[in-house]
Amino acid sequence: MIAVENVSHRIGGAAILTDVSLAIPRGGLTALIGPNGAGKSTLLSLVARLTPLQAGRVTVDGLDVSRTPSRDLARKLAILRQDPAIAARLTVRDLVGFGRYPHSRGRPGLEDAAAVEAAIERFALGPLAGRFLDELSGGQRQRALVAMTFAQETDYILLDEPLNNLDMVFARALMRALRALADDAGRTIVVVLHEINYAAAWADHIVALRDGRVVGTGTPEAIVSTQALRAAFGTDIEVTRIAGRLVALHHA
Amino acid sequence: MPDRRLVLLALLLAAAAAAFLLIGARGSWSFLLAFRGQRLLALALVGAAVGVATVMFQTVSGNRILTPAIMGFDALYLLIQSGLVMALGATAYVQIDPRAKFLAEAAVMMLAASTLFAALLGRGRSDLYRLLLVGIIFGTLFRSLTNLVQRLIDPNEFAIFQGAAFARFSNVDTGLLAAAALLVALGAGYGWAARHALDVATLGREAAVSLGVEHDRLSRRTLIAVALLVSATTALVGPVTFFGLLVASLAYVLFPEPRHGLLLPAAALIGATALVAGQTLFERLLGMASTLSVVVEFGGGFLFLFLLLWRRR
Repeated sequence: MIAVENVSHRIGGAAILTDVSLAIPRGGLTALIGPNGAGKSTLLSLVARLTPLQAGRVTVDGLDVSRTPSRDLARKLAILRQDPAIAARLTVRDLVGFGRYPHSRGRPGLEDAAAVEAAIERFALGPLAGRFLDELSGGQRQRALVAMTFAQETDYILLDEPLNNLDMVFARALMRALRALADDAGRTIVVVLHEINYAAAWADHIVALRDGRVVGTGTPEAIVSTQALRAAFGTDIEVTRIAGRLVALHHA
Repeated sequence: MPDRRLVLLALLLAAAAAAFLLIGARGSWSFLLAFRGQRLLALALVGAAVGVATVMFQTVSGNRILTPAIMGFDALYLLIQSGLVMALGATAYVQIDPRAKFLAEAAVMMLAASTLFAALLGRGRSDLYRLLLVGIIFGTLFRSLTNLVQRLIDPNEFAIFQGAAFARFSNVDTGLLAAAALLVALGAGYGWAARHALDVATLGREAAVSLGVEHDRLSRRTLIAVALLVSATTALVGPVTFFGLLVASLAYVLFPEPRHGLLLPAAALIGATALVAGQTLFERLLGMASTLSVVVEFGGGFLFLFLLLWRRR
């Protein structure tokens, strides 16, 4: 379980998060939704100790993220931020191989090689494995980064807007892959999503943030409703059912 | 099995060293080898240290344009040096055991570099322009302060200080060779021990933290190691601004993959070869018509402009 207790965060004079308390259960897929600037990315990077906590406490399976050695945490939790700028000239296989660092500490063995190949396989990167990152499209690059995060083989995987740059085929394939990780491998996936319909279709739990506060948590049935979405986004969005699925008609 | 490119570089260095020792050799071999051998060691040491320091610095600062020298590391060393002359006076300054003085200076340098630069490079490291600006401001500040101190001290003290302030490959201070070698071994040794973590650091701070590398600690320690390397080279030959940039750029061309297990030895070999071969060329073949440091600065300056204007990503 990821437990967030009374976390507040300020950047400069602006309050990004205000007294956020939240429990993300072990297993399953949790979606973080909310308008731009709601504090979703900040919350994710605080949980993953990329940004030091200013106030409050975050624990992952009881490990306090501000006290646990980074190395131990890296075998428990992996995070992929939005569009990380990687200056180094790397092939896709090299990049995915870096995901094994918490386990191999730079001396990869057979197990690590197998995990890298499995990640390349799972994200259909086989034909691209020898290509350099700067020779890929945005979407291909994004898949390579997700594959690296997957190769880390952690119980918890945090993804900040992983659908960015992905076309609908790969966006759906990625959500399906994440779903399978949660269902078959018992991983806990936390993902920031902008497209509410992906959250409705694939998540077990949805957490809605607005202006640095939690304004709703629950199942997709509970959160994807005109009323709950108004609380999160401050605008009226019609929700209907098409072929048995909840669909938010936010695009028109 | 060692990488073929590394073997090739090692052979090049061996050839350069042989040329340095043997071309134009006349007279007693024992004197010659001892005399030239010491200078050979000093040149190779400086070249290797500058190469290694530049690669380490560029990895933790996340850029391939700025070097410790451009950021004012060796200007800081000279400032400490001139401060010492002023505080102690020329007589006392000359009387201190040079090795003890050297090690003390290196210690002050490490302290200053780790507090000053680690604070600056820690977080906002992705912003190249900010780094560049900070580097230029600090470099200028240190150089101006050094100038100020030079004006304040008396002419005798100035003459003593001046000996330390210019790059001099022809007249290397071999008395400090052992102490400098110790510092270089420490600094480069840290880089070697941290080579896998440095590989991960090339992904950027956030990805590195996510993979369990304590990035802030790694940066701080690497900068201390860089300060050690820079102290050693500046003490031996004086400041060289652009040499590191030349060496590191060449190393990245030969080794595009971010593997410091290869990059660090490569940078060391390239740096050593360039200095030894260059010095042989100027001293033995061109009859000292020009000095190596001028050519290195000229070529390096052009490369710096090239990288800044055309290759920035």
